[in-house]
Amino acid sequence: MNWTLIRGSARRAIVCAMLLFWAAFLAGCKHPSETAELDAADPQSDAGKETVATADTVDVKSCDGENTVQVAKGLTGQAMADALMDQWQRNHPEANWVTEEKEKHVFLPPADNSALLQGDQGKGHVYGNFTERDLITWAREAEKFVAEGSRIFHSGDELGSQIAVSCDMCHPHAANTHPETYPKYQVQLGRVVLLRDMINWCVENPVRAEPLDPNGPKMRALEAYIMAQRKGTVMEYGKH
Amino acid sequence: MATHPSVETKYMEERRELFHGIRNLERRSFLKVSAAALGASAGLAYPHSFTPVSVAQGAEDTGSDQAFRFAYVSDSHLYEKDVNDRFVRGLLRAVDDVNNLDPQPDFVFYGGDLAQLGQEKELELGAQILKNLKAPLRIMVGEHDWYLDMGQKWQELFGDPTYSFDHKGVHFVVLNSVVEADFWTERNMTPMERMMTVAGLDNSLQSPFTVGQTQRKWLQDDLEKLSDDARLIILSHSPLYKLYKPWNFWTDDAEEVQAILNRFKNVVVIHGHTHQLLTNRIGNIHFHGVLSTAWPWPYAPEGMPELTIEMSRPDPFNPNDGCGDGEVHVHPDGLVDKIYNLWNRNPVSVTAAYTASGGSDSVPPKPNRPSY
Repeated sequence: MNWTLIRGSARRAIVCAMLLFWAAFLAGCKHPSETAELDAADPQSDAGKETVATADTVDVKSCDGENTVQVAKGLTGQAMADALMDQWQRNHPEANWVTEEKEKHVFLPPADNSALLQGDQGKGHVYGNFTERDLITWAREAEKFVAEGSRIFHSGDELGSQIAVSCDMCHPHAANTHPETYPKYQVQLGRVVLLRDMINWCVENPVRAEPLDPNGPKMRALEAYIMAQRKGTVMEYGKH
Repeated sequence: MATHPSVETKYMEERRELFHGIRNLERRSFLKVSAAALGASAGLAYPHSFTPVSVAQGAEDTGSDQAFRFAYVSDSHLYEKDVNDRFVRGLLRAVDDVNNLDPQPDFVFYGGDLAQLGQEKELELGAQILKNLKAPLRIMVGEHDWYLDMGQKWQELFGDPTYSFDHKGVHFVVLNSVVEADFWTERNMTPMERMMTVAGLDNSLQSPFTVGQTQRKWLQDDLEKLSDDARLIILSHSPLYKLYKPWNFWTDDAEEVQAILNRFKNVVVIHGHTHQLLTNRIGNIHFHGVLSTAWPWPYAPEGMPELTIEMSRPDPFNPNDGCGDGEVHVHPDGLVDKIYNLWNRNPVSVTAAYTASGGSDSVPPKPNRPSY
């Protein structure tokens, strides 16, 4: 399981459930061996319904106030948390979408910022006092944004294509999109354009879809993906 | 006002009639028809009337080492026409191009990826359009045709994807080079998920293309009877070498296949899949790509063969630019001139002289817009 990839609200729900079980554990539940009865620990969720606890189980109300989860008595907090996480993942097969998108349409990782952890001048300052955790957060969030762009780039449905065409059909791995050459005078349009203008031209013409809101989330994500694929390329505005 | 056909019209009519006769001619009756045509034209007073002088060469071309030409159409990626009409129009245009060749090519070779998602209606539509070709069709399978139903519909329409035939002294072999190891069972994919995965050029979940052991054995057996100086042309969907793995511009067992072909003096491989001008030579094997009727691919960011003269980056504002069809002129020595009939540009010939000289002679025109 990849904790960093689970969305905020779901993460809060899991943390909440874990705390509940630690509380139950500390209150003096029986605690057989750590690994015992993991199968039995598989909680049965029944949305919106009250369940009746048996001699071997205990009812626990989830943080959302609606679901009651029935679990075996006497489990340690860790076993219980694992079981709950398993259950949550089964209910949310899309949870690892970033990892899956990366596996499917390999894209370049964001820049390595580990040099920022060197040197002493940052210490004691609000700006510049970075930790490893900061670096992980930046990379994770930037990558997630790019992954969203990749997902849209590869989907005619997301783009709203009327003819089942997606960007990758002409631009595998965003090849031949040359974002580093904008702004430039686009001969066919007779004016200077930005990358987003060309994206929307493609969306309207070869993809045959409604143009995207230039500041909307889909356009921002597409730009992010296309730019990310040109990591390391020299910027050369005006190049044809 | 009485209408009289013009000199030009008369000329074209005679010419058409004559070539029509010759196309359907058996060798034995050749002289009879050409004599008749000569007689007919001799009786006409028009000074520029067509006489079959150049056709006399045809009489010499009946030996085992004669020159001939065939046409190609490839990678049409058809959806049903109410989903996407553009790709359908592309294939229709290519069929018109080929039907307008005069004289007609000996046959038309279709290079695979007739359908986009291997669906019955896509393949049926493709088969229906290809029936309009005047010349006989030889067809090969591509991954887009195969991975929805694992080739069931395609084979129902077109037969076995692996076969060989002889034409005017050249041995042709058609391979299914898009055999992928099972990546779908483990991932519990539906047939359409499997198809969509293979249909994504940059989708890394799929396996690399192979010819596979079964076909390699078949190829070995099929070529056994041929002498080392036999004229041999291999038709495959993927390039039978390793260019760029992330896009499956690649055949994973290419070395094994090449090893089977090593003993021959000259071998030509013509492949689909890459949708671009692409030329390579590995020892005795000369490789040529073909154009797509649907869209051009960018060039691989690395590993380009030295002999390839890339085509200029296509114009996104013209949906036909970088697309097209073409011809293959087969020489008596078995090497070929490869003609790229680009719809929005001058045609490009990659000649036998160019590949045979290792790129020093007959160099095709260089591009002015780079591929990124």
